[in-house]
Amino acid sequence: MENYPQLVPLIILIPALGAIINMLVGARLTERWSSLIATTASALSFVIAILLYSYLHASGYQAAIVNPPVLQDWILIESLNINIPWQLRVDTLSVTMMLVITGVGTLIHIYSAGYMHGDPRFSRFFVYLNLFLAFMLILVAGNNFLVLFVGWEGVGLCSWFLIGFWFDKSRGIGWKNANAARKAMIANRVGDFGMLIGIFLTFWTFSTLDFYRPGEIANPHAGEHGAAVEHVEAATVEGETAGEHGDEHGDEHAAGPVYTDNEHIPTEQLGVFGQAERMLALPEGDPGRTVALGPFRADIVAVLGLITFFFLIGVTGKSAQIPLFVWLPDAMAGPTPASALIHAATMVTAGVYLMVRSNVFYAAADLTSLLVTIIGVATALVAGFVALGQWDIKRVLAYSTVSQLGFMVAAVGIGAYGAAMFHLVTHAFFKALLFLGSGSVIHGVEHGHHETHHAAHGDGHAGEADEFDPQDMRNMGGLASRMPVTYITYLIGTLALAGIWPFAGFWSKDEILGDSWVAGLVNNELGGFIALAGLLLAAAFTAFYMWRQVELVFHGRPRTEAAAHAPESSLSMLIPLIVLAVFSVIGGFINLPGNAAIPTLGLDAVLGVHQFGSFLEHSVVNIHAADLQPLIAIVALGLAIGAILMARSIYGLNRGVTADRRDVLEANASFSRMWRLANARLYWDETYRRLFEQPFNRTSQFLADTLDWAFWHDYVHDTIIAKGFRAIGTLLSQPVDLGLIDGVVNGIGRLMRWASGGLREIQTGYVRTYAVSVLLGVVVVLIILLLPYIQRALASGN
Amino acid sequence: MVQTEMYVMLAVVLFVLGTLGVLLRRNAILVFMSVELMLNAANLALVAFARQWGNVDGHLFVFFVITVAAAEVAIGLALIVAIFRSKKSINIDELHQLKG
Repeated sequence: MENYPQLVPLIILIPALGAIINMLVGARLTERWSSLIATTASALSFVIAILLYSYLHASGYQAAIVNPPVLQDWILIESLNINIPWQLRVDTLSVTMMLVITGVGTLIHIYSAGYMHGDPRFSRFFVYLNLFLAFMLILVAGNNFLVLFVGWEGVGLCSWFLIGFWFDKSRGIGWKNANAARKAMIANRVGDFGMLIGIFLTFWTFSTLDFYRPGEIANPHAGEHGAAVEHVEAATVEGETAGEHGDEHGDEHAAGPVYTDNEHIPTEQLGVFGQAERMLALPEGDPGRTVALGPFRADIVAVLGLITFFFLIGVTGKSAQIPLFVWLPDAMAGPTPASALIHAATMVTAGVYLMVRSNVFYAAADLTSLLVTIIGVATALVAGFVALGQWDIKRVLAYSTVSQLGFMVAAVGIGAYGAAMFHLVTHAFFKALLFLGSGSVIHGVEHGHHETHHAAHGDGHAGEADEFDPQDMRNMGGLASRMPVTYITYLIGTLALAGIWPFAGFWSKDEILGDSWVAGLVNNELGGFIALAGLLLAAAFTAFYMWRQVELVFHGRPRTEAAAHAPESSLSMLIPLIVLAVFSVIGGFINLPGNAAIPTLGLDAVLGVHQFGSFLEHSVVNIHAADLQPLIAIVALGLAIGAILMARSIYGLNRGVTADRRDVLEANASFSRMWRLANARLYWDETYRRLFEQPFNRTSQFLADTLDWAFWHDYVHDTIIAKGFRAIGTLLSQPVDLGLIDGVVNGIGRLMRWASGGLREIQTGYVRTYAVSVLLGVVVVLIILLLPYIQRALASGN
Repeated sequence: MVQTEMYVMLAVVLFVLGTLGVLLRRNAILVFMSVELMLNAANLALVAFARQWGNVDGHLFVFFVITVAAAEVAIGLALIVAIFRSKKSINIDELHQLKG
């Protein structure tokens, strides 16, 4: 049992292997084998996740740090004391994420086998699904920020693969899919920039990126407040150094000293969170509290504020918050199982996971936490509003996801990390359920359309001017009787999402609202106020647009022939729906709040309260589990039920769509403008186009045409460089070469001729002249010969 | 005895006269006569010094000079005759065709 953490590398390796197998031989395998390999890989990962959970349960929720075999040191520069190893972490938070990812992932694999039936690139879809699982598990299992970032980028890449999966559909649809994939990648990249800056700052501040080092206890105070049910983590097991496995052999079970906190570890050997806590505990003015940033020294609180701010930028990209959420609605261009897995249950929750993992940072950075709350609430409201006006069944769910992520992010902002994680888990259940259900609906309507179309037009496939959109809710209606299982499960998912008792969403949403009540009205924090007001309104929106969707899709009478002939989906698609529906019903019971004997009908005594919260507490230091706030619970429930009733009265009984295919609210004079604003998605993408894309394009056009071509190429190159060069060449050749050098050379020649002309005159031809020269020569020679004698004669005083 | 210096002075005078004749005369034969005068002046100087020192070498040298002078005159006159045959004149100023 103690060795189960060693399985953590396998949880990543098995899906990766599945991806590789399907990549290499998938095209030659039948659909059944291809999907079987992928689903088995995913299921094995789920089994390993369960084993890890059982390890945690048995060992008192101690964390284990695992070095995978072969890959140990990653970035290791000993002389500079830089050590970022390839390390994985098994603790309650990461195992929670692993269970959700592999559990929902396996169900989606099973669903995809039915959904993607007949697709020419069937096996490639499963390659991408498994690859995504591998990367997402790397993200959550990492023990330092860089391993997390590897997974972060990897899931972004897989998101691009999966959104653009049908990149070659005809009539421009493939192009739109590719654009959507690119949009997701680019928006994520902008977020990644912020994330990287945050990682750099973290490394600069703490000289390490590890969350916790071996031997360190994440939360020494876990389990101290008396919970209603006894937890297994008795105090003696906590803090045993030998229990924090450092290497894969795990044979250090020598009875080492048992520590209950981290006091014995020097600060430099702690992970980032331990170091941050130590620094925060120092008194004001202590130099150990400050961090050197160039020539300045900043207090740790300010630095943490900066780090969390940059992480927030990454979160807005990955978890689709304002301002980078624009990619998620467009991402619905991908196949529905991909939407369910990535954009509902897992990838988008990576941002929330990051923030909960960094709870020590966020708890200390009050300003950034307020900003987080504001962003979360704003996103929840904006997305909730836009969802009211959408016709595409998946778009509604996409905006709903953005809105629910806003809930989670707002919860993190007010410090309710446990509530955020709880909502993450329940949301994974019912949102995946809703997406898979929508996929089932779309499949059914498509089938119906093919049937009726062929019946009317025979087999006229080729030139089909197919204006029929199977995802448009106006083409649906009355599907409750034709697709009963889909209907029931979708209904359960809707009620769970809307926060109706006793479904899962009620408990998790209520915990967030309860925590914001405590933060706002008990502790008087601004973030709490904003969260409470905004999230209550957003919850009302949620219930309203979800019930609108149920009315338009399932109730009433079919509005098209296709809907009238839609069949129920195959079993491989229905079974995951049923499983997820069961979890959407009972999922909330993992974290019942205290003081809730009435709403839980006494179940809280049986199941225990805050089970999930206590489970997470061992990894998340700042879990403040709140008790039920009855007033808020009743208000929220009332708002939800009221919204549902309002939606029923507006959209029910076939009133939803007018004869000319307009929404009934659009036809209504007083709501028309608001509805159209929602339908136009608040012109968000158009605004970005005006604000960013067009100036960017104009700037690059200017740089290319004017600066690069006209100025640099034409002017500088042609005029200055080419002409100048030619001018210099002319200068050098004409006056210098011809004039000067030739002049010198010719001048020497002329000099010679002049000199020789002069000298020639000596040859007069007259004998007498020659005789004179001979005489002169004789005289000179005589003088030279007689010179010494002459000198002697002169010297001796003559 | 007459002093040697007298003989030498005479020789110098004769030499200078001869030189002037070489340089200033136009007639070729007169130029040759002047050359002979120079040679004889040299002979005189040689004999005077030989008598002074009682050395026979001076007399011997004079013999050589006289012989050479005779040979030279023979050849020179032959040349003049040849020139006169072609140019009908022995004015040395008219012999300037080898000029530059």
